[in-house]
Amino acid sequence: MSESILGISAFYHDSAAALIVDGEIVAAAHEERFSRKKHDSSFPRQAIAYVLEEAGLQLADIGVVAFYDKPYLKFERLLETYHSFAPRGLRSFLSAMPVWIKEKLFMRQMLKDEFKQLCGCCPKVIFPEHHLSHGASAFYPSPFTEAAILTLDGVGEWSTSTIGRGRENSIEVLRELDFPHSLGLLYSAFTHYCGFKVNSGEYKLMGLAPYGDKNSVQVKEWIELIFSDLIDLREDGSFLLNMDYFEFATGLTMCVDNAWHKLFGVPRRKAEDSLGQDHMNLALAIQEVTEEIVLRLARTARDLTQCDNLVMAGGVALNCVANGKLLRSGLFQDIWVQPASGDAGGALGAALAGWHIYLDNPKECSGQDAMKGALLGPEYDSRDILKLARRYQASSLKFSDFNELCGKVASLLAEGQVVGWFQGRMEYGPRALGNRSILGDARHPEMQKKLNLKIKYREGFRPFAPSVIEECISEFFELDRPSPYMLLVAPVREERRNTLPEGYHSLPLYERLYHPRSDVPAITHIDYSARIQSVSRNVHPKYWQLIDTFRQQTGYGLIVNTSFNVRGEPIVCTPEDAYRCFMATEMDYLVMGDFLFSKTEQPLYADRDYWQQTYELD
Amino acid sequence: MDFLKDIWGFLNTRKKFWMLPIIFFLLVFGALVVLTGGTAIAPFIYAIF
Repeated sequence: MSESILGISAFYHDSAAALIVDGEIVAAAHEERFSRKKHDSSFPRQAIAYVLEEAGLQLADIGVVAFYDKPYLKFERLLETYHSFAPRGLRSFLSAMPVWIKEKLFMRQMLKDEFKQLCGCCPKVIFPEHHLSHGASAFYPSPFTEAAILTLDGVGEWSTSTIGRGRENSIEVLRELDFPHSLGLLYSAFTHYCGFKVNSGEYKLMGLAPYGDKNSVQVKEWIELIFSDLIDLREDGSFLLNMDYFEFATGLTMCVDNAWHKLFGVPRRKAEDSLGQDHMNLALAIQEVTEEIVLRLARTARDLTQCDNLVMAGGVALNCVANGKLLRSGLFQDIWVQPASGDAGGALGAALAGWHIYLDNPKECSGQDAMKGALLGPEYDSRDILKLARRYQASSLKFSDFNELCGKVASLLAEGQVVGWFQGRMEYGPRALGNRSILGDARHPEMQKKLNLKIKYREGFRPFAPSVIEECISEFFELDRPSPYMLLVAPVREERRNTLPEGYHSLPLYERLYHPRSDVPAITHIDYSARIQSVSRNVHPKYWQLIDTFRQQTGYGLIVNTSFNVRGEPIVCTPEDAYRCFMATEMDYLVMGDFLFSKTEQPLYADRDYWQQTYELD
Repeated sequence: MDFLKDIWGFLNTRKKFWMLPIIFFLLVFGALVVLTGGTAIAPFIYAIF
C-alpha cells in the first residue's frame, strides 16, 4: 500500500493543493487555475480533486493532510501586534477579528468539515509552520543533500525571513527575523507607493526598476534615505523597520503616505496613472536595497552553515534580479530556487515537511531536482480539444507528425506571428514554462509592444522573458548554468548589444523602451538584462523541439515566452480557457496538442468584450 | 472539543496564558453577535463604553 500526503494552502491568498505519493511529487495545482479567480484564497476543492484524480486516489486513501501554517501562532502574532501598537490599529483589529472568531480559530474543524463534504471522511491534519513549509519546498525537491536554506516573504506566523540548514531529511532553523520587520512587506510598501497592487504588483516594480537612472543623484539619495530613515540594516542582513513610516501592522494600507511624501518628495502614484521618472527611480532604489539585504542574509547563511549550496523560497525569492546577483556574487557554488516560491508553493512545502519530518522518510537525491520541470498540473488529450472545437465550431488543422507541426509553428513565429502554445501538463507556480505559454520571435523589434498592448493588455513597460534551449544559453547570455524556472536574471552578451544613442537615459520611457537594444530586442530589458528560462531536452522535449526547429530555421535558439493569459486572468488551464483567451485577444495562432488553430479561420467570437471585462486589472 | 484541546495545547506550549481571557472574551462576544443577529448586543456595548 502506497503512502501519500496531501498539502494544502488556503484562506489567505493563492490556495493550492499538492500530492506526494511514496515520496514522489505526483501533482500540484493552484485553485485559481480552476476557479478562474486570480489569487483565489478559498478552500482548494478543485485543486484537491485534481491532484487525487491524477494519482488515482481518493481522499480516504490519504494518510495525512498538511496545512501550510499554524493558525494559532498567527493569531498570537495578531493579538500581540495589536496590543503593542494600541490604540493604533483599532479599525484593523475590528475588521480582522470577526473572521478569526468565526472561522480561522477553528481551522482544524473547518478543514475537517471541508473534507467531510468532499468525501465523508477526514484524514489526520498537521500544521507545519509557514516558513518551514517554504524551507521544505526549497530544500527537499532540490538536487542537494545538504544546503543552506533562505526563506524570505511578507510574513508567516511570526517569521518574515529565516536562515536554516537542510541535511538529509532534516531542516534546522538557525536564525529568524520576526514581524513587523519584513523584507517582503518593505518591498510591498514600495509596490503600493508606486501605484501597483500589493501581492501581485511586486513583479511589476521589479520590472520597472531598470528604468530608474542608476547614476542619478536622486537614486543615490533615496537609497541613503531608505537606509537612514526606513530601515536599520545590520551587517548580518537582519534589520528593523521604522514603524513610523509603515501602516501594515495596524492599518489597512501599507505605508503612511504623508510621511513617505515628506521623506521622498514625491506623492504616491495612483493606480493606472502615467509613470514618471521619479517612480522608476524609487523602484530602482528599493530594488538595490533589497539586493543588498538578500546578499547580506545569504552571506550570513553561508557563514552559519558552511554549505556550498543555497536553496530559497518565499515570495521574495521570486525576485529573479536579486537571485541573479546573488549567483554572480559567488557566495555559493549553486543556488536552487523553488519555482512555486509564493504561498501556493506552501502546499507542496507542507506536504514535503510532512513526508520527511513528520513521517521521517529519507530525502533521495538523484542529482536532478524533483520538480519535474514544475509541470505538475492537469493535462488534456485530443478528445478534450476536439470536444472544445465542436462546441465552439472552431476550425483547426491536425498534424499527425509533431516535427511537421514544429516546422510550421517555427516558421509562423519567424514571420512575426504570435502563437498560443498549449501542451501537456500545466505549470505549478506563477510562471508559464512552455506548456501554457504565448510565444513570439525575440528578434522582432515590435514584438514587445505587440505582446504587451494587443495580446496581454498590460502595461507597455513590462519586459518579456526568453525561453532558450540549454545548448544555446551562453551564446546569448552571460550565464554558465541552466535556469529552468525563469528565476535568474543575467545580462545579454555584450557582442549582441547595440550601442545606445547619446542622451538615451534622459529620453521618455517609451522612446527608450522601443529603441532596439540588441539583436533579440523583445527579451532584452532596458538594462540589457534578461529573465532566462532554459529549456532542457530531457525535461521538456516538445518545447525543446519547437525552439530547436526555430533555431534550425533562423539560427536563433530562443523565443519569447509569456504566460497564456491576459492581465488579471489566471494562466489558462483547460483547452476552453485557452481558446477563449485566443479568441478574445489579437493572438494569431493557437496550438493545442497536435491541433493548429488559425485566427482568420475561426467563427466570430461574440463574447470578446464581455470576456475582457471578466477579469479585474491586477 | 478539538478546539479546546488545541487552544490549550497551544497556550501551554507557548506559555501565553495571558491570551486566554482575550480569546474567551472574543468568543463570548462573537457568539453574542452571531446569536443575537447583531442587534441586541447594543445595550451591552453602551453599558461597557
